[in-house]
Amino acid sequence: MPSANHSVYEAHPVRVAAAVEEAAHKVGEATEQENCKAVAREGAAVFRPGARGSSMNARSNGPSQRAWDTARQSREQRLAAAARYARGKLVSHEDATKLLEAVVRAGDRVCLEGDNQKQADFLAARLAEVDPAVVKGLHIVQSGVVLAEHLDLFEAGIAKRLDFSYSGPQGAAIARALKAGKIELGAVHTYLELFSRYFVDLTPHVALTVARCADREGNLYMGPNTEDSPVVIEATAFKQGIVIAQVNELVDKVPRVDVPGDRVDFVVAAPSNFYVEPLFTRDPAQITETQILSAMLAIKGIYEPYGVKRLNHGIGFNTAAIELILPTYAERLGLKGRIATHFALNPHPTLIPAIESGWVEQVHSFGSEVGMDDYMRARPDIFFTGRDGSMASNRMYCQSAGLYATDLFIGSTLQIDLAGNSSTFTKDRIAGFGGAPNMGSDPRGRRHASDAWLKAGREAAGETTSLPRGRKLVVQIVETFGEKLSPTFVENLDSIELAKSLDLALPPVMIYGDDVSHIVTEEGIANLLLCRTPAEREQAIRGVAGYTDVGRARDARAVEDLRARKVIQRPEDLGIDPLDANRSLLAARSIKELMRWSGNLYDPPRKFRNW
Amino acid sequence: MENLKLRFTTRGPIPGTARSTIVGVVASGNLEVLLERVLDQNECAVEIATPVRGYDDVWKAVVADFVERASPGGMRISINDGGARPDTVALRLMQGVRTMEAGDE
Amino acid sequence: MSETGRPFAASASWFLSTARERLAKLLDAGSFTEFVPPSERVQSPHLALFDLPAAFDDGMIVGCGRLGGKSVLVAAQEGQFMGGTFAEVSGAKLLGLIRAARDDEKLPRTILLLLDSGGVRLQEANAGELAVAEVMRAIVEARAAGVAVIALVGGRAGAFGGAGLTAATCSAIVISEQGRTGVTGPEVIETNKGVEEFDSRDKALVWSVTGGRTRRLIGGADAYAEDTVASFREATLALMGKARPFDLATLRAELARLAGRVGRLGGCDSAVAMWSALGVADPRATADMDDPAFVALVADVKGAGDDAR
Repeated sequence: MPSANHSVYEAHPVRVAAAVEEAAHKVGEATEQENCKAVAREGAAVFRPGARGSSMNARSNGPSQRAWDTARQSREQRLAAAARYARGKLVSHEDATKLLEAVVRAGDRVCLEGDNQKQADFLAARLAEVDPAVVKGLHIVQSGVVLAEHLDLFEAGIAKRLDFSYSGPQGAAIARALKAGKIELGAVHTYLELFSRYFVDLTPHVALTVARCADREGNLYMGPNTEDSPVVIEATAFKQGIVIAQVNELVDKVPRVDVPGDRVDFVVAAPSNFYVEPLFTRDPAQITETQILSAMLAIKGIYEPYGVKRLNHGIGFNTAAIELILPTYAERLGLKGRIATHFALNPHPTLIPAIESGWVEQVHSFGSEVGMDDYMRARPDIFFTGRDGSMASNRMYCQSAGLYATDLFIGSTLQIDLAGNSSTFTKDRIAGFGGAPNMGSDPRGRRHASDAWLKAGREAAGETTSLPRGRKLVVQIVETFGEKLSPTFVENLDSIELAKSLDLALPPVMIYGDDVSHIVTEEGIANLLLCRTPAEREQAIRGVAGYTDVGRARDARAVEDLRARKVIQRPEDLGIDPLDANRSLLAARSIKELMRWSGNLYDPPRKFRNW
Repeated sequence: MENLKLRFTTRGPIPGTARSTIVGVVASGNLEVLLERVLDQNECAVEIATPVRGYDDVWKAVVADFVERASPGGMRISINDGGARPDTVALRLMQGVRTMEAGDE
Repeated sequence: MSETGRPFAASASWFLSTARERLAKLLDAGSFTEFVPPSERVQSPHLALFDLPAAFDDGMIVGCGRLGGKSVLVAAQEGQFMGGTFAEVSGAKLLGLIRAARDDEKLPRTILLLLDSGGVRLQEANAGELAVAEVMRAIVEARAAGVAVIALVGGRAGAFGGAGLTAATCSAIVISEQGRTGVTGPEVIETNKGVEEFDSRDKALVWSVTGGRTRRLIGGADAYAEDTVASFREATLALMGKARPFDLATLRAELARLAGRVGRLGGCDSAVAMWSALGVADPRATADMDDPAFVALVADVKGAGDDAR
């Protein structure tokens, strides 16, 4: 193709349009020209046919006749089509739907950010408005399918295929759409896995991102909500895709450049601020005595003996209870400085009392949390902050940190089977797993030692090995019964049934049983590292499954044997009286008390303010 | 509503002199337990009223374990259940016994 | 327990306590005697029809005890049971207590009402509505007979519907930040008038309109307590023996007070506007300031202290 394209690449969209036309004219034969346009339109890398078959043969040892920049040509065509709606990179919000119709092509892979926290909600609504006769069959590749508009795309036929990580509130709607044949499901990934595939076989053609503000060059400031954006944009922009950003406001100078402007093609100032879900706010007033008991067990039975310093917590009330009894219960045990000092963790408001009491040295975060901005800005010793002072998050980095640089993951789940496999899918909900499968797995590529890791490794290996090798602590903390008295412990995971009914190649499992080291319930702790046979493992699980069918079907004698070997530890074995598990142990008993702990720097979301 | 009546013979009475006590409240996922020292010292009767059907076996197991552990002789125990989970039931029963042992309410 | 630096009182929260826990710590230790206790099993005969569990006290605890050595009658609603609602049994227990005080001069001359109620129980609505009407009349008659009736509001259910009306007939109201009073509850307003009119899930909005700080600032409550049982006890003790005689002069003064409030605040369209009109220097900081700062603020606000009841 004409070398003129190299200069065109960097140019202004309006000039690009002219250049593309010129380049097209230079292609001699009409048939070739049509082919070239068609190829570019599809955005697929295919060989450009030679003018004559004979000449191909004649040049078989020379430079290839293939066109090497079809994706770039496609990009230029799209930019040209969009040029009439843009002044520089700026597009009015009123033209956003037309802009999307100009740059998104049928069958494109589209990332509509779209994670579990921040939402490009304005662009999502505009994409749902495009003409489905023109823009159709999109392949959505994004970590979070959270908004109703995300599902509308599939209902309208605008999108067809889906690869994602987390669905949260839309879990039931996704299951319905799957059963109705509206969605072709690729896979339910972990975050790291989906981000990795952005660079291998799920590279987006178009990324619709979201930022707090932008300047005229397209430099984006995302503040604490940087989250997935850097990885999404890098994959899209460097593979000739189009990046469009929804922003709250346009400014002359952004406080900090989270994404450089030369990776951003269009900026739309949305009429209202983007939505952020306060996903990590847990009201201490809702923490139950049972959850406090489980939290005491986890600290006394796991954090203390292993000396767990580097860790990740899930987002449930059980782990919120752990965070809230660090400055009280764990302090009484004399564990300050010896456990829970370094976190890969979102800025959980329930961690504030532990931070303020000097427990926590460092926290790196996947994303932000609504209302925590000012608090984090005032605690740069604890949080990662930019030169502008505001916190900086990055989901890909933090997931890697959680995978390789922590010794313990602890989180909850909805179902656990007799082998310890867990899932949050039920028969009618496809919830997605988010980051739990990364954090909740033993990384076999790890090569640095720590006391906690080595102790777990010794327990797992028993007497059988001479080669020291570590093991990650992967802890499931659950109550034996969940909402509406549904049992947490089951013979078979619902997700296996679901996979059959939907003909999925891979049954969705959040954490595989062989990765789980401990299960904590109000009945006690099962240490699966110490189990030597599948039968032992099954009885260890039954032994902490309480009054569920699975629990009541235990072999009482086998369970007592396991207890004698400390494979199972009851509260009384750890010196914990269940009647001591009461709310006075919580360092903060309400959202307001969290705000007080923070010196009023934490600004709770309105829906949590009962004052 | 489902009503269950269970009777047990215990190893002996629970200590203390309190005549009766009530713990917990009837709310979603919670229950109230009324304990009255009105039976012979080796007897325990438990009456349960619950809107949740089909959990008879679980109730029997939870209460039997409690009786084995606490030996609540002399107690007439009456439960109004709001759909509590077994762990909450066990906790309230133990809280009730502790209150009875502590003396007058 | 090491709790140095804990930036708030560690004693029992009123909001989070059950009605029985509140009574046990509000009154002098061990002084409470319950009338018609749970062991008598006087519970709702209606709830089983709806496949709903009953409570042995029907969510209403009545009795007598001592506060700072002085004898009092008490009634406490359990807000967690059916929203603390007025129903046939719970209403009758409350009514019986107040009428007894009205009719028998030998009984304590102070009644404490620990309100925690969304109003009338829907499953027993006729009996509940009647109970509210009879309770209001009985309170007025008891006050006329020289009984002081003090409402304490700080529970999960607040004091809405019939409980809101009941509170308004009392001699005095003690309220905490978490407490709310009103007639029509936020969810009902949203259902009938739309989310644009009132978003019941916007808790900050709900509390700014109905919550304890607003009520105290505009004179809708007479005393402000921190969210601890100890603070409610202290605030109630301070009100004991202070009730004005319930006569024509008091009623006239009350009407004048209400007319003045409408004149000062009737044009405001938000809580912040009201606080501003009352002369609060930084009205937006009012919700988030700590309790001592708020108490200091109230002392300076004209209108908060002009109670005439």
